[in-house]
Amino acid sequence: MLSIEGLRSRYGRIEVLHGLDVTVNSGEIVTVVGANGAGKTTLLKCIAGVQPVSAGQITFRGEEITLVPAFKRLSRGLALSPEGRQIFTNLTVEENLRLGAFLFADERVERDMEDAFVMFPVLKQKRNLVAGGLSGGQQQMLAIARALMGRPTCLLLDEPSMGLAPILVAQIFDVVKSLKSLHVTVLLVEQNAFGALEVADRGYVMETGRIAMEGEAKALIEDPRIRETYLGI
Amino acid sequence: MADFMQFALSGVTVGAVYALIALGFTIIYNASDVVNFAQGEFVMLGGMGTVFAHQAGLPLPLAALLAIALTAMIGIIFNRLAIETARNAPVVSLIIITIGASIFIQGVVQIVFGKQIYRLPSFSGDTPIPLFGANILPQSLWVIAGAIIVFIALWLFFTRTMTGRAVLATSNNRLAAQLVGINTNFMMTLSFGVSAAIGALAGVLVSPITLTSYQVGVPLALKGFAAAMLGGMGNPKGALVGGILLGLLESFTAGYLSSHYKDAVAFIVILVLLSVKPQGLFGTKTVNRV
Ligand SMILES: Nc1ncnc2c1ncn2[C@@H]1O[C@H](COP(=O)(O)OP(=O)(O)OP(=O)(O)O)[C@@H](O)[C@H]1O
Ligand SMILES: [Mg+2]
Repeated sequence: MLSIEGLRSRYGRIEVLHGLDVTVNSGEIVTVVGANGAGKTTLLKCIAGVQPVSAGQITFRGEEITLVPAFKRLSRGLALSPEGRQIFTNLTVEENLRLGAFLFADERVERDMEDAFVMFPVLKQKRNLVAGGLSGGQQQMLAIARALMGRPTCLLLDEPSMGLAPILVAQIFDVVKSLKSLHVTVLLVEQNAFGALEVADRGYVMETGRIAMEGEAKALIEDPRIRETYLGI
Repeated sequence: MADFMQFALSGVTVGAVYALIALGFTIIYNASDVVNFAQGEFVMLGGMGTVFAHQAGLPLPLAALLAIALTAMIGIIFNRLAIETARNAPVVSLIIITIGASIFIQGVVQIVFGKQIYRLPSFSGDTPIPLFGANILPQSLWVIAGAIIVFIALWLFFTRTMTGRAVLATSNNRLAAQLVGINTNFMMTLSFGVSAAIGALAGVLVSPITLTSYQVGVPLALKGFAAAMLGGMGNPKGALVGGILLGLLESFTAGYLSSHYKDAVAFIVILVLLSVKPQGLFGTKTVNRV
């Protein structure tokens, strides 16, 4: 479904991705874990088209999209729920969700919104409030819900559990798992490596702009090096 | 009483011009958070462009349309060359760029068309129409109608259309706007084009009354900016009300006190109001939680 080959990217003169290969098959949940600054966010930004690629190529559903502008990628089925809750702070929760469905004008928008409210009931309570007034965790949920309103076939999630209370973290991972039954393919970036590997089918471990290890999530969770470095066990 | 009505009518006329300029500010501000001080030059280009196209032999309506279209193009080019290229600069730098552009446009117009003052014929003659015991020029009615029509169109655009929402989303969070599928570059192009066209329209409508020259833009930009601040930057309703209020304030000060004080009184009222209500009459406080 999504295949990344030899991806390089830089901020100014400093290269932070040094040639990555990542593949995500249709229907899979794949996670990328790694320390702070490894380049996970940069990878997702490249896939979403909001960060320039200096070499390599990105293929999505059989078509090369490396140079496709960011705003055209959602209509191809690729959505990003970005790091740092990039929501529309001046608009209400409901307006944020409606903008998530900016590309659509059919009655499914209302149904999708109801589904989002079932997934995140707190958003329903706050639907008419300005999104900038939500708590950090609520904004995080709104960012995920808004991405889903775009009807992605492949959802890129950047640290969805960040800043959430433990009970909500569990809830977010449940949501991720439930996406499988909705036939949404997921590429999940997480600090919480244990939680991510538990829901994922496969995983990649990133270290300073390179893939250091990859494999079945179950195998990675058992790997002694990973247990020591990322799981703190 | 006749005096009062006369001052009111001329205040509303001037106010309608300020409102049109403030509406131009509103659009660009809504799309990019930039306060575009070159807005006054669009007004000047609209007036001057029409004068020269008319002198070259085009009928007045055609000359006006041509001037408005050309000004819209200049607005789009201005965005591409000066604003887009500096997109990652802080908003303050962008505002300074607009001031630079304003000086540049004046310079070019001065070189090409000279320093003379030009007049455009009135659209419907110069016979005053009696109204509420006072008189109003037919051209004033054109100005007022123009402001009201543009206001209604913009109000519908921002509140009722998906494209209007997309413009607002682009200004609020450009990254997020791209992620939901909005072509943010196009929204910027559209905003600058429409804003420049509205400025040019104001110039076309008002030139028969106030005359025009290469340097009419700056004072108009300042007044339009004051009107937009008074009403609440970013809100079309605020731009309309702020413009009319400012026009009335000036007109009554000039009429009952002295025209020397009209700018001073207007600005003092605005300063006082903004110190009480910093977001302006209709501005919404933005909630930003970090
Ligand atoms: N806007 C930027 N300008 C310059 N350098 C940046 C920028 N964003 C990230 N970097 C650098 O790029 C590298 C990768 O950053 P990135 O945000 O992709 O890491 P990450 O794996 O997502 O980290 P985290 O787990 O903390 O979110 C880091 O060294 C970082 O300092
Ligand atoms: Mg990150």
